[in-house]
Amino acid sequence: MILLEALGLAKYFGGITALNGVDLHLREGELVGLIGPNGSGKTTVFNVITGIYRPDHGSVAVEGKSITGLPPHRISRLGIARTFQNIRLFRNLSVMDNVRTAYHPHVRYGPVSALCRARRFFEGEREIREKVMGLLAIFSLQERRGELAKHLPYGDQRRLEIARALASEPKLLLLDEPAAGMNPSEVGKLMEFIQEIRERYRLTVLLIEHQMRLVMGICERVIVMDFGEVIARGTPLEVRNDPRVIEAYLGRNASGGK
Amino acid sequence: MRALLHLARFLTPFAAATAAGWGLSTGGVVNPYWVQIFQLACIMAVSALGLNVIYGFTGLFSLGHAAFYGIGAYTAAFLMKSYGGESQLFFLASLLAGGGCAALIAWLVGLPTLRLTSDYLGIATLGFGVIMKVFFDNADSFLPQLGGARGMTGIAKMTTVAWAVMFLGVSLYLARNLIHSSHGRALVSIREDEIAAGIVGINTFRYKMAGFVVGCSFAGLAGGLYAHLYAFLHPSNFDFFKSVDVLMIVVLGGLGNMSGTLVASFGWIFLLEGLRVILPPGYIELRWVLIPVLLIVTMLLRPQGLFGIREFPLLRGDTE
Amino acid sequence: MEVFLQQVINGLQIGFVYALIALGYTMVYGIVRLINFAHGDVFMVGAFIGLYAIERFHLPLAAVFLLAVLGCSLLGIAMERVAYRPLRMAPKIASLITAIGVSLFLEYFTALRQVFGPNFYSFPRPFAVTSWEVRGIVLTNIQAIIFFVTLACLGLLQFIVYRTRLGRAMRAVSYDHVTAGLMGVNVDLVISITFGLGAALAGIGGVLYGFAYPQVNTFMGVMPGLKAFTAAVLGGIGSIPGAALGALIMGQSETLTSAYLSSTYRDGIAFLILILVLLLRPSGILGTARTEKV
Repeated sequence: MILLEALGLAKYFGGITALNGVDLHLREGELVGLIGPNGSGKTTVFNVITGIYRPDHGSVAVEGKSITGLPPHRISRLGIARTFQNIRLFRNLSVMDNVRTAYHPHVRYGPVSALCRARRFFEGEREIREKVMGLLAIFSLQERRGELAKHLPYGDQRRLEIARALASEPKLLLLDEPAAGMNPSEVGKLMEFIQEIRERYRLTVLLIEHQMRLVMGICERVIVMDFGEVIARGTPLEVRNDPRVIEAYLGRNASGGK
Repeated sequence: MRALLHLARFLTPFAAATAAGWGLSTGGVVNPYWVQIFQLACIMAVSALGLNVIYGFTGLFSLGHAAFYGIGAYTAAFLMKSYGGESQLFFLASLLAGGGCAALIAWLVGLPTLRLTSDYLGIATLGFGVIMKVFFDNADSFLPQLGGARGMTGIAKMTTVAWAVMFLGVSLYLARNLIHSSHGRALVSIREDEIAAGIVGINTFRYKMAGFVVGCSFAGLAGGLYAHLYAFLHPSNFDFFKSVDVLMIVVLGGLGNMSGTLVASFGWIFLLEGLRVILPPGYIELRWVLIPVLLIVTMLLRPQGLFGIREFPLLRGDTE
Repeated sequence: MEVFLQQVINGLQIGFVYALIALGYTMVYGIVRLINFAHGDVFMVGAFIGLYAIERFHLPLAAVFLLAVLGCSLLGIAMERVAYRPLRMAPKIASLITAIGVSLFLEYFTALRQVFGPNFYSFPRPFAVTSWEVRGIVLTNIQAIIFFVTLACLGLLQFIVYRTRLGRAMRAVSYDHVTAGLMGVNVDLVISITFGLGAALAGIGGVLYGFAYPQVNTFMGVMPGLKAFTAAVLGGIGSIPGAALGALIMGQSETLTSAYLSSTYRDGIAFLILILVLLLRPSGILGTARTEKV
């Protein structure tokens, strides 16, 4: 069952072609990697899928329904969640509030109930609290739930962002460089963790990464981009030996993979 | 029913303050001048609370807050003067109408302008404020009772300690309940990171509008109370400087902190009046030299404002 | 038709003065992202310096301008050092509030009897007002002075910003002050100079304004400051030609509204134009939208 289908995505910024006709599809339950040198357009693909950018050409559909041009909040409610390359947490909110905010689309009380503190409000808040505490426990963040996001150590911030993404109860999870700045042992733990949550929450995952160990280790399929186009697809092994992929990385800069 | 009890419990200290105020003023203990100042402080706090919702909590930089204060003031005054006589009930209705009118205009202004980024939004709201002042100056050409540049007179002095304090209490109650809820968190998330807020499913435009309209309606309600406190309205009460005044109060108190707004409002009003009393005659204008110096020093020493995150117990959330 | 052209000339008169003030706003905003609310008051100080220079010290015109330039640039540099630099790393709103504080301080401090005084004072004209008539349109020598001096300043500024190393440093700091510092630019110095330059222009504007509208008062900078800032936003904040363009538009709209509608609507129309422009072009007429990288 195809969960996400993107056809012919093109995006231009002034004179720069960020995407030049990108096709990709994701089947339900897959764990797919999106790799490519810096500037190849991977994050732009994420931004187009999640509605931050409107594609100049092309379309995106979720479970057959078009989402092209929809605003981010509508796309989120259709079951797509993401993290950001540069971590975009709500820095001055607590860990708990960061995750609770993502539950907001599912909240069961309206502003009027909140204003007069009706029973529905307290029930709704309890429900949110329970769900969030459950999530925080899985991410080992429940002890720090009162701390402000900006005070968390880097690794915890990354995990918090993923927790927040999961709070919106998505079907598709887009992770943008989740392992950035992590040491090898942390990467190992992250690899296990991603697979765990994929199982537990029955997610489809598309992740952007530069750390080849992670990509080769857990991705079932890999899509390779360069200069805004898809240059190779296949299993990790196939892609790794593809001459075009090698050229894209080695030809451009010697430190292709971290 | 339970909701009413909850509200009643919250308002108890305010009712006590009202009783105390009433006792002190009728007992002749406190000079009626200071009673009026106290009421002005309450009114200012309501308006500042509104701006805090708009700027401190939702992150929308509005430099035209006084315009909505004025809209509420003129609306309430006009209705009361034309139809209300001295009726308490009608007074309440006119106050609500003032708030409602401010809310409606805020909605209309917000539709096109809330798409602008921060500094530009500030300029657009500043511009709207100037336009509104020009409108107030010329209002008598189509509604002579509004007085225009000569000012509006003949307003009944309906505002009392009870009205001012209870309105402040209810405003604090509503603001606190809104902020400490999922809807309040949605507003704050927009302030923190608008893009991330959209990504987690929040309709940022709708919530920006909501924050703006709610905050401006507070200003409108406060304006109505103000009109019936001094019984005289002049367009210069609602110019850019007045928007700056309320902005300073909100920043000094601490953006995103309701307790700070409360303290800063009272502090500001009483400081202004207190200096008028303390300074020897002939040097009264020194107030306006000392106050900016105080402002600058405060910003240099504590740029985040007086209060950070912690609120008074009454204003804390009940959602943990 | 002549009446219209006459009004256009009058509009240029105030527009050019607004331009001198607007340039300071746009330069400072461009370099430190601060709306310097006190800038309009620097303009006021310039006018008063002009007043004293002519009336008390009977200085020649060139010296008057020079004194205004010196006095105001010193004031601008001092403001930056004392009030804004310490807050460079603080949230932007703190700088804004401080700017408001500086503005109020300048207005009320100078209004004290011991300083300039609270009244309206008459600005002296050390020359006779002459005028020329060209096909029914009157041009006064004051207008000519304003046009000439302003254009000269604009030209000089354009030269400095685009043809000198200092200008390049200014532009670099306005794009990215961290990197500019890493590249060897003395960021603090460049910022100080920018404030000084902007203030100097405002000072010249103050003297010119005094000649054209010979009534000065310590609050005279408020409205022109607001309008000049609006002009800078209208033209695209951070853009020097934008500031000049915006100022001319503000000047025209104001004068034409006064002439054809009513002077009471004057201020409102100018801001209405601003809002309309912002809705259609959110970054101002000549502004460049800064796209955020997500």
